[in-house]
Amino acid sequence: MPSDVTPKIDPTPNSEKQDIVDRINKAVKNQNRPTVTVLSSLLSIEDELGYIPKEAISIVSEYNKSTINEVWGVASFYPNFRFDPPAKNTVEVCWGPSCHLVGATDVIKSVLDELELDGEGDTADKMATFKFNTCLGACPQAPVMSINHRMYGKVSAKQAKTYISALREDVKGAHK
Amino acid sequence: MSSYEALKTLADSRWAELTEGSVPWIKIGMSMCCGQASGAYETLDAIKEALSSDRIEANISEVGCLGICYASPVVDILVPNQHRAVYGNVTADLVADLIDKCLNQGKIPKKNLLGVVNVGGNNKLNGLPEFNELPQIKLQNRIALRNAGHIDPKDIYQYIAQGGYTGFNRALTELKPEDVIEEVKSSGLRGRGGAAFPTGVKWSFMTRGEKPKYILCNCEEGDPGAFNDKSILESDPYTTIEGMTIAAYATGSTNGIIFIRHGHDGPINTTEDAIKQVYEAGLLGKNILGSDFSFDLEVSLTGESYVAGEETALMEAVEGKRSMPRARPPFPAAYGVWGRPSTINNVKSLSYAPSILEHGSEWFSSIGVNKSTGTAIICLSGNIKYPGLYEVPMGLTIGDVIDSIGGGVPKGRKLKMLQTGGPLGGVLSSDSLGITLDFDEMRDAGAILGSGGIIVADDRTCAVDLTRILVAFCQFESCGKCFPCRLGTTNLLEIVERMASNKAKLGDVQLMKQIGQTMQAGSLCGHGQLGFNPIDSAMKHFQEDWSACVDEGKCLTGSCNKPYFTPINTRPFADAPIKNTVPIHIANQVGEKHE
Repeated sequence: MPSDVTPKIDPTPNSEKQDIVDRINKAVKNQNRPTVTVLSSLLSIEDELGYIPKEAISIVSEYNKSTINEVWGVASFYPNFRFDPPAKNTVEVCWGPSCHLVGATDVIKSVLDELELDGEGDTADKMATFKFNTCLGACPQAPVMSINHRMYGKVSAKQAKTYISALREDVKGAHK
Repeated sequence: MSSYEALKTLADSRWAELTEGSVPWIKIGMSMCCGQASGAYETLDAIKEALSSDRIEANISEVGCLGICYASPVVDILVPNQHRAVYGNVTADLVADLIDKCLNQGKIPKKNLLGVVNVGGNNKLNGLPEFNELPQIKLQNRIALRNAGHIDPKDIYQYIAQGGYTGFNRALTELKPEDVIEEVKSSGLRGRGGAAFPTGVKWSFMTRGEKPKYILCNCEEGDPGAFNDKSILESDPYTTIEGMTIAAYATGSTNGIIFIRHGHDGPINTTEDAIKQVYEAGLLGKNILGSDFSFDLEVSLTGESYVAGEETALMEAVEGKRSMPRARPPFPAAYGVWGRPSTINNVKSLSYAPSILEHGSEWFSSIGVNKSTGTAIICLSGNIKYPGLYEVPMGLTIGDVIDSIGGGVPKGRKLKMLQTGGPLGGVLSSDSLGITLDFDEMRDAGAILGSGGIIVADDRTCAVDLTRILVAFCQFESCGKCFPCRLGTTNLLEIVERMASNKAKLGDVQLMKQIGQTMQAGSLCGHGQLGFNPIDSAMKHFQEDWSACVDEGKCLTGSCNKPYFTPINTRPFADAPIKNTVPIHIANQVGEKHE
């Protein structure tokens, strides 16, 4: 057996693990759309938890009478899914051609600088996750960004910076 | 069980209450394409607050898109039997004053006024701009979008009052299924998803085959620069639902699925809410309107994947798999979703069906030009003065759309490039303004009308820079099934990036052409087959830009030198921790099912 598959000691306490499993089961069983598939189950878990925990794979595969292989195939294909808990906020900026022509690169640069990132990913303090979006669907309002799925249109690089610093202040405020 | 007449009577009386009653009706555009990103939520809250603090009674509706997205948030105030006044760019801070002047003092303030419509008794409208005379409204001919911005998408009775379900009722009571197909065939309606295949002919493939049969409605719409499908579902989902019901009646289908991308909550919520209401009204489900025709409809979500908009990939995604195209034949009409006969139409194509059945095929085919009947639903964005969603008759020239409706390129700049029909559609130069909106003429010019997106670029843009973005999109969205596309798009992106950063190698242009040919020959779906289009058309029309970047190593406009960001990834995504979670021997077991 290759060395990278030896089980690692998982620091998550058992009670928390059970809680995650319960939430996965709930998300999979309480889908309100009539057609239930591997993809719909994974999307439902992503909506509930914000990520796909490793426990989810076998639950989804059993629930849909599918294989672990097939579930991984779907989960690794769509960029919706992530496999570790997300940061507190999600920041998305559109990089599509409409936004690009009216200054999306400046907005992206300013957001990345403010978040101290150089591409997609989480900030070191887990304050925010940065994602590129191919089209947020609000092209007349370009350039567009979204913070926690609320869209902001006609954003300048300067405004984008203030949105991010406001977000950081909010997170700090919530901790006090 | 309800009859159509009973529904219509109820709908008409409710509509009369709204439009002829004693209280004003305020409508705010809240759709994804304009309202949400421009602060319409704040405007809505401010209006509610102003009304309650001034103790004014009014009906408020959150409506869809009037098409004039450049002016959002749009507030449309109807004073029954007097006038309708449409205001644009109404940010929350302007609301209190506007409500006070319009509804307390009975005035029509000129600030932010787009136009007025006389609906009866107001003689004091002289000197005020007429809303329907705005070029953005006047040049439109709204068929699929006829109710967008006018009715509340959460109220089926408003749809019925505006003539909704007349077409379906006619089909159900007067026509046989084959007559419906004949009507749609003779209307000349062609698919608005990109391929422009005659819709009636597509439906006729479905008449054979055993039940259950499926009607699929495609609202994947991942094209940057296109938002018309989402807008239709957000502004008037009933027209799509009625169109699907008509298609189901014509083809003998039993089930329908509307397919929307996960995360586009606006269209998802509106559509699901609408489906529920249509069921309650007895217009979906078993024995619709007392006939022996039954049809069930649901919404299915896909993950983020552009290729999921391709018809066979869409069926894979409905089945919950990776959205990768299938080899054809067998075609969907014989072997579709779950192996059942299926037909797939775009939201726009289906949304025309109710009007065709209501007014007849002759009416529809009288609009448009040559073999392109009806209207084109154009999403205008980029460097343009009045971006928006405009439904114009086919046969208008691209120049009309850009100058007369779009107001031209702002800030005294010159138009340089047009990108039509989604990222694979190719680019056009400013010489192409005389081309008419016509499927065949556009195709002959080396572009496609496709989804109807037109992105305008001014003279500050370098063709190499825009191409780089388009190729990066194709690379990111390649599903990876056919390796000419998976590797080809990646190689093309590398080469274009090299060219943009003035590091082009000898023979790069030739290499790109070879890769393009291989992709076209060796890919299953349009993504790979058309993947070279953006580069090919940009090289044809903008030779100067390419030779400056490639041969002389100096970008003409400097836009290639600016920082450039795209997601760097290929499907399947490398950060999926497959090895760390599942022992290899389990991950390699293919085909074993848990029973």
